[in-house]
Amino acid sequence: MIRLEGISRTYQLGGQPVHALVDIHEEIRTGEHVAIMGPSGSGKSTLLYIIGCMDRPDSGSYWLDGREVGRLGDEELTAVRRDLIGFVFQSFHLVPRLTAAENVELPMVFAAVPRAERRERVARALASVGLADRADHRPDQLSGGERQRVALARAMVMGPRLLLADEPTGNLDTTSGRQILDLLERRNDEGMTLVVVTHDPTVAKRADRVIVLVDGHVVRRLPGSEVAGTADLFAADPHPPAPSPVTGRGGG
Amino acid sequence: MRASDLFRFASRSLGGHRLRTALSLVGMAIGVAAVVALTALGEGARRYVVEQFASIGTNLLIVVPGRTETTGIPGLGAAPNDITLQDSEALARQIPEAEKVAPVVVGTESVAHGARRRQAAVIGSTSDFLEVRKLEMARGEFLPSEDLLRGRPVAVLGDRVARELFPGEEPVGQVVRIGGWRMRVIGVLTQKGVQLGADIDDMVVVPVVTAMKLLDRRSLFRIFIQVRATADLERTKAKVIRLFAERHDEEDVTVLTQDAVVATFSQILGALTLAVGAIAAISLTVAGIGIMNVMLVSVSERTREIGLLRAVGVGRRQVLTVFLTEAALLSAAGGLIGLAAGWLAVRILVRIFPALPASPPAWAIAAALGLSLGVGVLFGLLPARRAARLDPVLALASR
Repeated sequence: MIRLEGISRTYQLGGQPVHALVDIHEEIRTGEHVAIMGPSGSGKSTLLYIIGCMDRPDSGSYWLDGREVGRLGDEELTAVRRDLIGFVFQSFHLVPRLTAAENVELPMVFAAVPRAERRERVARALASVGLADRADHRPDQLSGGERQRVALARAMVMGPRLLLADEPTGNLDTTSGRQILDLLERRNDEGMTLVVVTHDPTVAKRADRVIVLVDGHVVRRLPGSEVAGTADLFAADPHPPAPSPVTGRGGG
Repeated sequence: MRASDLFRFASRSLGGHRLRTALSLVGMAIGVAAVVALTALGEGARRYVVEQFASIGTNLLIVVPGRTETTGIPGLGAAPNDITLQDSEALARQIPEAEKVAPVVVGTESVAHGARRRQAAVIGSTSDFLEVRKLEMARGEFLPSEDLLRGRPVAVLGDRVARELFPGEEPVGQVVRIGGWRMRVIGVLTQKGVQLGADIDDMVVVPVVTAMKLLDRRSLFRIFIQVRATADLERTKAKVIRLFAERHDEEDVTVLTQDAVVATFSQILGALTLAVGAIAAISLTVAGIGIMNVMLVSVSERTREIGLLRAVGVGRRQVLTVFLTEAALLSAAGGLIGLAAGWLAVRILVRIFPALPASPPAWAIAAALGLSLGVGVLFGLLPARRAARLDPVLALASR
């Protein structure tokens, strides 16, 4: 489903170039559950945004569903996001003045889905995350876990093939976090490709495969079941794929 | 995206910040109200003047001594021939289209009855004056239609003159002293108020020859001619000028048609209305800047929301449309409120000054609404473009 060939992304930060991603080669199959790990500033969010067609690589090519999307213009990338990709964010990103149902409806409103169909799909999406009775609540009337479930319903409502989650449990307590992961995995079991960015080993453990990024380089690939603590995970790889000194350590 | 969804989304986000929305509405409303009220005032003044002219009769030609043209030699053309009673007679005799001919002499004299005395405008004219100036009799008769040159000592009093000099008495049949002359009162005019700057109620009308003796005049102030039909107006005017050219051996009178006078006044006041409206329209620009300010704040507050919209597949153009729609809704709502407020102000004004037929002209209403909408969209463009150009990733990450 996803093929990254030599992806690099460099920012200018205060006049200094920051190499967020350096020569990433990666492949993610349809229906796979992949976790991207790394300390803060490792480039994992940048990678997620490139995969999510929110950002474009400076070099390399990105194939999504058999189509080279790394060089597409803004309008085409927007259409790809709308039709193929669902996002879940750490801070939920619900529109505060809209109800849960209206938040879920939002992508369909802008995609000109007929109103009757929208209502039906909103009801189904909210029911699938167990929030049918919370449809008319505004975000400030919902708990953190409920907000993230609304956000997940919104991500699902356009029927994407790829679900991207950026620290989906970062702002949640353990129980709500587990609930969200369960819901995400259920989508994955139904065949949806799932990519989760996290620095939390308990989240990464549940993935089929874990990619560890440090300073813009992939330093390790391992099955989720082999994830233990972060300290040794983020340590310098004895055989780094790129000749860059790695100094990052731990959490963040 | 459907238009109805667009409007719903835009109005929901405006409703999210009531105070801010209300304040920028007030700005726009004041601008539109100012345009509506001020142009209504100007239009009222214009219509007031036009109605005043209409009230003194249509199909009117006014012969004034002297030419309005400028001549190069001092003294020449500045001292025209007088127009005389004989001229007036000739007009009446030789121009069949001239239905009514009223020669007029004007002066001020003291009018007295017993110990009561007041200054009044003394008008010397003929029986035709009644119809030419659209006057009506309250009691008695107007001047008799008889030989122009026969100066009988009779007088017709204006309403106030009659009431002041004969409090609680019947003036008709009594005698007044005008200057040194004794005159019999034969009639009283109906109360009319000020018409074209002349207070009809404070007037005394006497036969023209009598007035000329009384006021010691040898020439006429002007001649009013009522033409049979409007279609004859221009032709009659030409005939009058030709007649005077023959009688005076030069073209030394100016003939005003009432239309021309009305048109001139109407034009001046119309231009004034336009100018006042334009000045008021400047406040619309200020209101537009207010809207721009509100929208800029809104965009920076909603940066994360914009990022989210972009993430779920909302295009740049749609973001632009959303924010432009919000600006347009703001300004249109402000415009409508301003229209209502302006209309209310005009109603109050009309209640206080019932004589003023003030109502905003249609063009001003259309212009005010159109301009407010245009200004809103124009000043909404900058914030909307800023919103549309936000980088989705940076927008999402903003605090």
